[in-house]
Amino acid sequence: MNQQVQATLANEPGLKGLEAFNNFAHHNPYLKDQGQKFSRKVIASLQEAIRLSGLTNGMTVSFHHAFREGDKTINHVVQVLADMGFRDLTLASSSLLNCNAPLIEHIKNGVISRIYTSGMRGKLAEAISNGLMAHPVHIHSHGGRVKLIQSGELKLDVAFLGVSACDEFGNANGVSGKSRCGSLGYAKVDAHFAGKVILLTEELVEFPNTPASISQDQVDYIVKVDQVGDPSKISVGAARVTSNPRELLIARYAADVIEHSGYFQNGFSLQTGSGASSTAATRFLEQRMRRQNIKASFALGGITGGIVDLFRKGLIGTLVDTQSFDADAAESLRESPNHIEISTNEYANPGSKAAYCDRVDVVILSALEIDLDFNVNVITGSDGVMRGASGGHCDVAAAANLSIIVAPLIRSRIPTVVKHVTTVVTPGECVGVLVTDHGIAVNPGRPEVAERLKAAGLPVMSIQELYERCVAITGEPAPIEFLDKVVGVVRYRDGSVIDIVRQVKP
Amino acid sequence: MKLRRSMLFLPGANAAMLSTAFVFKPDSIMFDLEDAVSLREKDAARLLVFHALQNPVYRDIETVVRINPLNTPFGLADLEAVVRAGVDIVRLPKTDSAADVHQLEAEVERIERACGRALGSTKLMAAIESASGVVNALSIATSSKRMIGIALAGFDYVMDMQTERGDGTELFYARCAVLHAARVAGIDAFDVVYSDVNDEEGFLKEVELIKKLGFNGKSLINPRQIELLHNAYAPTEEDVDYARRVVAAAEKAERDGLGVIALNGKMIDAPIVNHAKRVLQKAQASGVRK
Amino acid sequence: MKIIKEALAGTLESSDLLVKVMPLPEDRVEVVIQSEVMHQFGEQIRQVVSQTLQQLGLVSGQVVIEDKGALDCAIRARVQAAILRGGSIQELDWSKLS
Repeated sequence: MNQQVQATLANEPGLKGLEAFNNFAHHNPYLKDQGQKFSRKVIASLQEAIRLSGLTNGMTVSFHHAFREGDKTINHVVQVLADMGFRDLTLASSSLLNCNAPLIEHIKNGVISRIYTSGMRGKLAEAISNGLMAHPVHIHSHGGRVKLIQSGELKLDVAFLGVSACDEFGNANGVSGKSRCGSLGYAKVDAHFAGKVILLTEELVEFPNTPASISQDQVDYIVKVDQVGDPSKISVGAARVTSNPRELLIARYAADVIEHSGYFQNGFSLQTGSGASSTAATRFLEQRMRRQNIKASFALGGITGGIVDLFRKGLIGTLVDTQSFDADAAESLRESPNHIEISTNEYANPGSKAAYCDRVDVVILSALEIDLDFNVNVITGSDGVMRGASGGHCDVAAAANLSIIVAPLIRSRIPTVVKHVTTVVTPGECVGVLVTDHGIAVNPGRPEVAERLKAAGLPVMSIQELYERCVAITGEPAPIEFLDKVVGVVRYRDGSVIDIVRQVKP
Repeated sequence: MKLRRSMLFLPGANAAMLSTAFVFKPDSIMFDLEDAVSLREKDAARLLVFHALQNPVYRDIETVVRINPLNTPFGLADLEAVVRAGVDIVRLPKTDSAADVHQLEAEVERIERACGRALGSTKLMAAIESASGVVNALSIATSSKRMIGIALAGFDYVMDMQTERGDGTELFYARCAVLHAARVAGIDAFDVVYSDVNDEEGFLKEVELIKKLGFNGKSLINPRQIELLHNAYAPTEEDVDYARRVVAAAEKAERDGLGVIALNGKMIDAPIVNHAKRVLQKAQASGVRK
Repeated sequence: MKIIKEALAGTLESSDLLVKVMPLPEDRVEVVIQSEVMHQFGEQIRQVVSQTLQQLGLVSGQVVIEDKGALDCAIRARVQAAILRGGSIQELDWSKLS
């Protein structure tokens, strides 16, 4: 039979180039060996997995940051890459935090030469702001990252994804095993787009591992490691619950603004950011929801324990989770059918066929600075040094019906309201309301909201007035001086460049 | 009719708090130079408060300073500093008799003359912190034209009474005495601090009690208590409706030149009209009860 | 007025400042300022400190300041407290301190 087929393939002009059948396992030799068939993806060492992936100098490696300050994967993998002699790599991590300071060495040594990230903090951010890198860092939003990948600019060659548990085929999630991070929203995107996907796991569990946030058909190799992350640290840093009276005052005002925004009705949807006042606002929102018998249809995020609390009390129908900010959120994702995990593509990518952020009524976001045109800076401090993250800020601000910025008017003598922000991340046209401990300013483009808030007796004033109050207390800050070198490029969610960060003058 | 529902205590030695507390909008802010400040820091706290009092951010809030008693090395220096800095009210701790007030008043007047401050512009508040103080409450309350209120201070008082803070039974007589003295003198009465800032329920229960008794306000040690207190003191929707009708009836009677005000067939006299005006004032200040 | 002994005032908490004064053998005033907001407000802080020292009539001493974003009123208060504690004057003339 085979000879006939071979002969026909050789002679029929229309069938030239097709391969003749050999044997059932010709292209999948592992099918002949049960051991291999099951465990072929499990590689003994990270080095071996890297070799198998075909990574070469100049390629792009990617990571997720769902373990936040407790992440062990990024530093570990880059160290191994450095030891193996790799150079000139592009690091594409969904974000970088204080714990990633060890990367400074690898940048100095030429292992990493370019970075794409939604933000950075601590010593790494300081070093980069002071001109550490030859090529500027690209700062993108969560949704914008996916757009950059889709456009081809960011080509993920090898993704290294830390997961708390997976089976030997690569079905993985962040809700089982020891170091649970919750939603793998960022990792899902890398798993989809990367050329090769290497999972790092603390625990190989029985097949099949369900639910599969990352599916077996996306995974090339699996390496067992001692630690992928420390979940006790994932809510250290930006996402904590406050008892600070000033932050609570701001949170209360924010809840009042939502209550009188015109969007506060049964079935509304909301998102709260990870800042102290944002997460505290959920406490005050609960009272108002109960008083008026209002339930939210869904909450999007960045899900915190505060939101989970409202959900468990029956005040929110569905939780849509792209990142779990604390253990409560991770636990809820694991236990509740109405707490669902989504990728950042489903969350906020303007190039996605549908993004959840387009359906949000009100969102509470934070800011380092906001100017008289309501432009928001969440990246550079007033000293010009990068210390924050673009995150989902410009994504949700662009899409939500009303975006509310919460911030203390003054942070230890540093004014929040300024004439011009040091760096624009979110354009003022997307910002509806600014809530500070000194008062509330409404974007002139939303006069109906201003009317409602004033009628409710809230302390509404112009942003100019807030600015004047601010400067009367702190004094006018001297402008920061920069050198010419560009150290950061801020990419708006659609890929365009919205601002540039230059090196600070020492 | 100055509303004095909430008096927020701030430790005078805490620079950060002094720089930021005005955002909380209590009816009065009290800078403490006495018990909240350690002996080593008395001089530094005095200077912090001296400068804070002159900062424009505190211009629109009534300021009070609790000075150290005049028989300590600190009291007189405190007084010199704060009267000159423009404090609205000086709170004298451990006021046991009218003589204590007279002594304070004499010093205040001397300092007002020396620095050119309008005579009589510095008001006084007496803190009752002992059995003597409670027993002398009436003479203390009526001892000076500058006196705008008397406050019961719980901690030292229960020590003096050889008991401890509990469900309020231990303050029963003291509260009543202070209240009556205040009413006779025509000044405000203030209740004790509720120190467990995390016990919202307990705080609200105590506020409910003192409100029923008739206290004008309460000393607070945490900004979170301000909104709770203001809300508890806020009139209900019905209260406000009724008050509006009372005031309208009074205005109509005045326009019509009638000596008697009637509403729904009932006679309304002056105290009721004044009460109605107070209700509307509170509603104006912080809305209706939520 | 001179600094005659070492003295401290203030704290390193946010929105406060720590002021240390030390005597100098000669009649000169040395001011060292370190601040979290040096770029933005360094010059202003220097001016407030200098004005405060002038008001007090300081002619000899070293003043070292570690600032954590304190406002002008706190700066004045802490500098005055440190000088009072370490200086050769016993009483302050309140009319000269605002």
